Amino acid sequence: MKPAIRIRNLNLHIHKHHILKNINVDIPANKLTVIIGPSGCGKTTLLKTLNRLTDLSSDIDISGQIFIGEEDILHTSRDITEIRKQMGLLAQRPFPLPMSIFNNVAFGLKIGGRKNKNILAKRVEYYLREVNLWEEVKDRLHQPASRLSIGQQQRLCLARGLAVDPKIILADEPTSALDPISTQAIEQKFAELKKNYTIVMVTHILRQARQIADYLIFMHMGEIIEHGPAQEILNNPKEEKTKMYLQGVFY
Amino acid sequence: MKIQQLKHIYRKTKDILTQGWMLAGLVVVILLPFVIGLGLYLKSHHIFTQYNFWELIGSTEWKPLSGKFGLYPFILSSLWITLIAIVIALPVALLSAIHLTTYAKAWVLKWVHPLIDILAGLPSVIYGIWGVIAVVPAVQSLALSFGIKVSGYSILAGGIVLAIMILPFILNILIEIFKSIPIELTEVTLSLGATRWQTVKKVILRKAMPGIISATGLGISRAFGETIAVLMVAGNVVKIPTGIFQPGYPLPALLINNYGEMLSIPLYDSALMLAAFILLLIVLFFNILGRYTIVRFEKSM
Repeated sequence: MKPAIRIRNLNLHIHKHHILKNINVDIPANKLTVIIGPSGCGKTTLLKTLNRLTDLSSDIDISGQIFIGEEDILHTSRDITEIRKQMGLLAQRPFPLPMSIFNNVAFGLKIGGRKNKNILAKRVEYYLREVNLWEEVKDRLHQPASRLSIGQQQRLCLARGLAVDPKIILADEPTSALDPISTQAIEQKFAELKKNYTIVMVTHILRQARQIADYLIFMHMGEIIEHGPAQEILNNPKEEKTKMYLQGVFY
Repeated sequence: MKIQQLKHIYRKTKDILTQGWMLAGLVVVILLPFVIGLGLYLKSHHIFTQYNFWELIGSTEWKPLSGKFGLYPFILSSLWITLIAIVIALPVALLSAIHLTTYAKAWVLKWVHPLIDILAGLPSVIYGIWGVIAVVPAVQSLALSFGIKVSGYSILAGGIVLAIMILPFILNILIEIFKSIPIELTEVTLSLGATRWQTVKKVILRKAMPGIISATGLGISRAFGETIAVLMVAGNVVKIPTGIFQPGYPLPALLINNYGEMLSIPLYDSALMLAAFILLLIVLFFNILGRYTIVRFEKSM
């Protein structure tokens, strides 16, 4: 199968600091790719580059190419919002929009131009069921989303991201603020979702990587040290740095 | 053994004493507003032996020599000037705060911040002088272009000068509020396919709304009490303003222009004290309103 994302010669500078160094990697479609590495190795930056959230900061210089399908999203004339819509983003902590549960899920659809109330209601229910949240919130859809528990909020954020019908899910340590049960709920959901989506997840929890990763990218100091099928790397790391990281020598 | 015990007692007393001083300091701070309020009330309540409160507030006639102490024109002037000031200052502050915190490069905010603080720290008489030489003539010619012949000393001039004075104050609060909104909220909204403007309009502004209301409340309370600069440009004619080009006579100006003169007139000082008391109450009201919404805002974050 063709890779979903191909990254070629990607370099990223913030001011004079070289944050991403010559990144070349293919991210396989419909697989769960996990990026691991010690803090500050550039994994979150790499994730945000895929979504061009790096545009938000004017101090960032990027060179290289990121192909999603045939399109180089770093040098495309297409509207940036269209590109971002192909990718759902799940942040480290849930950030519900300051509005009701219903409108959180409907937000992407509404700004995408869908106004029909019946369709909106159906889509919202569909995606809330998709993340196993419907039963818990169906009687209070019009309450502020901030009243949900953190675990529920994170599932709501996932539903919100799925509702704009992305091809790719980007997740930046999506369980780091969650309790063990909510963490498990998200992990199980990811395992199901990868049938239909390409998932790229950043984590620093090795257990999580072992459990759910299909493909693994190990980064250190802004470089990709090693990448490949997850079990291969976890069981037989080739590089010395990967070995050390897996043994817990540095974080 | 004896000496040890003495030492211990000495140290303990010292400890209690120092704590006592701190507590005393705190009590002074807490009591101050109440003492001031009480003082004003005690000084003003003689007037209630002859007039009732609503009569004084509602009456338009201010003729101390014939015993008429209507405060309505002053209260109305103050409200008008404050309203104009907020209507001008709030949109400007809001737009620049949004620009500084979401669009501008980081170094712009770093440079603009001290500039705002300088504006906030300028003595109000400077704003007043500037109002007299720049704003008043501008208002005069503006009125003339509508076919109205006035001196330019007006509630509009007062409002404009006041707007400029409270702008840095409101701006500083708004910047803090927008800065407290996490960048990730913008990121997730953008990733749902929203444009920058949609993000600002539908998410950031909504998130900041309680804070914006607070900033407005605090801005109003500051504007209401501002004295010198407004006094210099507002015209100070006792009558109900009929238009924004007409002169007004705000409450603080009434106090500063008249207190200390002719206090032998019966009840005159009581009337002025009542004006001060009302001023205090209105400012307190908007201040508390502002603080209350800020507290609620912080809880909801």
